[in-house]
Amino acid sequence: MTQTPSALRLARITKRFGALTANDDISLELGSGEVLALLGENGAGKSTLVSILFGHYVADAGSIEVFGQPLPPGDPRAALAAGIGMVHQHFALADNLSVLDNILLGTEALWLPFSRRRAARDRLLATARRFGLSVDAEARVGTLSVGERQRVEILKALYRGARILILDEPTAVLTPQESESLFATLAQLVAEGLSIIFISHKLDEVLRVSQRVAVLRAGRLIALRETRDTHKAELAELMVGRSVSLPQREPRERGPRVLHLQGVSATRGGRRVLDALDLDVHAGEIVGIAGVSGNGQLALAELLSGTLAHSAGTLTLDDQALRADPRDRVARGVARIPEDRHAEGIVGDLPVWENAISERLHTPAFSRWGFVRQRAARAFARKLVARFDVRLPGIDSPTRVLSGGNMQKLILGRALCVRGDAGTPRFIIANQPTWGLDIGAVAYVHRCLLDAARQGAAVLLISEDLEELFAISDRIAVMFKGRLGPARDAAAWTLADVGLAMAGTPHGGQHAA
Amino acid sequence: MMDFLSSLGDMIASVPFWVATLRIATPLILGTLGVLICERAGVLNLGIEGIMVAGAFTGWLAVYHGAGLWTGLAVAALTGALCGALHALLTVWLTVSQHVAGLGITMLATSLASFAYRVSFPQVSTPPTIQPFAPLAALQGIPLIGPVLAEQTALTLGAIALVPLAAWFIYRTPAGLALRMAGENPAAAEGQGLDVLRVRGAAIVGGSALMGMAGAFLTLSAFNAFFMNMVNGRGWICVALVVFASWRPGKALLGALLFAAFDAAQLRLQQDGGALPYQLYLMLPYVLSILALIVMARRAAYPQALMKPYRKGER
Repeated sequence: MTQTPSALRLARITKRFGALTANDDISLELGSGEVLALLGENGAGKSTLVSILFGHYVADAGSIEVFGQPLPPGDPRAALAAGIGMVHQHFALADNLSVLDNILLGTEALWLPFSRRRAARDRLLATARRFGLSVDAEARVGTLSVGERQRVEILKALYRGARILILDEPTAVLTPQESESLFATLAQLVAEGLSIIFISHKLDEVLRVSQRVAVLRAGRLIALRETRDTHKAELAELMVGRSVSLPQREPRERGPRVLHLQGVSATRGGRRVLDALDLDVHAGEIVGIAGVSGNGQLALAELLSGTLAHSAGTLTLDDQALRADPRDRVARGVARIPEDRHAEGIVGDLPVWENAISERLHTPAFSRWGFVRQRAARAFARKLVARFDVRLPGIDSPTRVLSGGNMQKLILGRALCVRGDAGTPRFIIANQPTWGLDIGAVAYVHRCLLDAARQGAAVLLISEDLEELFAISDRIAVMFKGRLGPARDAAAWTLADVGLAMAGTPHGGQHAA
Repeated sequence: MMDFLSSLGDMIASVPFWVATLRIATPLILGTLGVLICERAGVLNLGIEGIMVAGAFTGWLAVYHGAGLWTGLAVAALTGALCGALHALLTVWLTVSQHVAGLGITMLATSLASFAYRVSFPQVSTPPTIQPFAPLAALQGIPLIGPVLAEQTALTLGAIALVPLAAWFIYRTPAGLALRMAGENPAAAEGQGLDVLRVRGAAIVGGSALMGMAGAFLTLSAFNAFFMNMVNGRGWICVALVVFASWRPGKALLGALLFAAFDAAQLRLQQDGGALPYQLYLMLPYVLSILALIVMARRAAYPQALMKPYRKGER
């Protein structure tokens, strides 16, 4: 199909994890100077495939050739030596070490009495200049922004002379402007003759950056298309296996004020993380909070979830003050969907049913005389699993085996059932609820939030995905350096304005003041 | 009050105080560096207390049976390395809980040393002795610090010299970088082509060898005999000192000296026969250490992967 010589050839790769076949007889070819998009939902087998390619896993069957040479399986060193570079979704960087340390690691023999740091720095800066990626070599990685860390990851691969670059969901954490600059970088890399595998489930990006698209579903290669011969709807259907209807926004009644923040500030570790926030959220509306990650969104979510106390200002729910106590929140009808499902949302090693009741473990519904009412708890979990369509082996299996989407459904179910099966929550705080989910699951989460709002819940949606914010928010406010701009009607914003406000440039001035 | 302060001032200005401080600090310096190297690679090594006992015993036993003092030190280091290899096998390759494995090794090494001592010397009323390292009298001539150094042995000077070497190793060599990366983000280290398990294993073996030498200092330099309780919690102090030092060798030296100074001070206060029960003086270095730890450890940047076993290919 491609006229260019092939850089990489995967032949009949199969990988099983127990009963699950993560990759089923996949054959693929990557041309020199080509951008191949690997498209698929979560759990489709994209990450497994590239992990095999990079030697993290060993395939049960199949072989890999790089530039005509067979690649020994299960050895990251061999993959690196063959010119394969990987940019992980969760960056493979050590926060406490400097940029140079992170890049230098593994490039020198371990028995040398000293690192040639100056030469390494010169070479790093030369590489950075050549590809137009600016970087501070001595900065501690922990102090860098997400976009900068990604640049370090790319540089790490380039520094080692990678000819094939694999990017795993590279835009998931970037602002629109940062994504743009990443695309420009990719174009430059291709111009230099590198081949790129671009893993994503965002259709617009895939159409924009790739020459060919490989669609994976349930471990199988479903389709291989020339990008110019395909379109968004076709790809969506191939990826999901059925046509996806995106939820529509209906006009809703705006009810009384539910959440009220006036001059709310909070500090953590002596640092002010929230600075005089003013915000009202009314019943039946969804207010979206935009912002580059690390500008106080997490603190805001924690404040509203009851795990961070405010140091100044007024914070009320239904005109009654809120204490910093998570249990009190749950009792008053606050539903919480935390940012990091694995770290804060669920306890991975506990069974599904225990996670399902964990928020209300202390209520009479699930405990009596200090014992858990197992039967009631299991019945509730079963009902929740059925109602929210959580796909799982059983309610007794450990929760960590669930896919991201199903885990999120479990959390949604737990949060939205906060007042028992019938009631709706008063207020929902959703922090990045669709992060890392596929289209089907995203639509599901959005539909849940829209339904809850229609039934009278006040919803605060914190997201770094502007498309998502514009899709379901009634009003949008932008957070920057712990401050919150005014919440304006979603229709009154343009994408460019939001992008500017995210970068700290106050728009116009006449709106703010 | 003024009286007390002036006597405290006299003490700090006195040569015997500094002699005692350096001597008490030596095993702490060696042990703390050992723990520090293990923890930088991401592995807690609570075996230190037992490894020090074992090193103290085997080093002394070798010398007692006619080996040279330096050979005795090497035997102690080898003993430590063997214990470390066991710890590495358990925690790195078998991914057993690091706490449990470490405490297990402490108990095993302590009991084995006790057992071997009993078997070797079934019936002794006074512990047999050896001729320990001699003070370096030749250093007497150095101005200001000469009188203090002349009372120390080569082991003390060696331990102090080891601090900049350890810092160089950790911060300036490729192997040191691999060590730090294995303790910060092992998955990333493997992605860079590093064998994390081997790096961690080597760190534990090396660190434990230092712990063995720390123990040997007690029998080959500080005293001339082996007693069962001679380590007496020094290993645990080292574990705390690493946190105090924020995993930095220079600060580890500082911490060891500080603790030793407190200890030397309380010894003198005891001898002066103050009005207080002597147990309170015994307590002093620990109380002050806890206070110092509280102040310092709040800002400590832990190695991110400390106590997290690394399993290859696991999601």
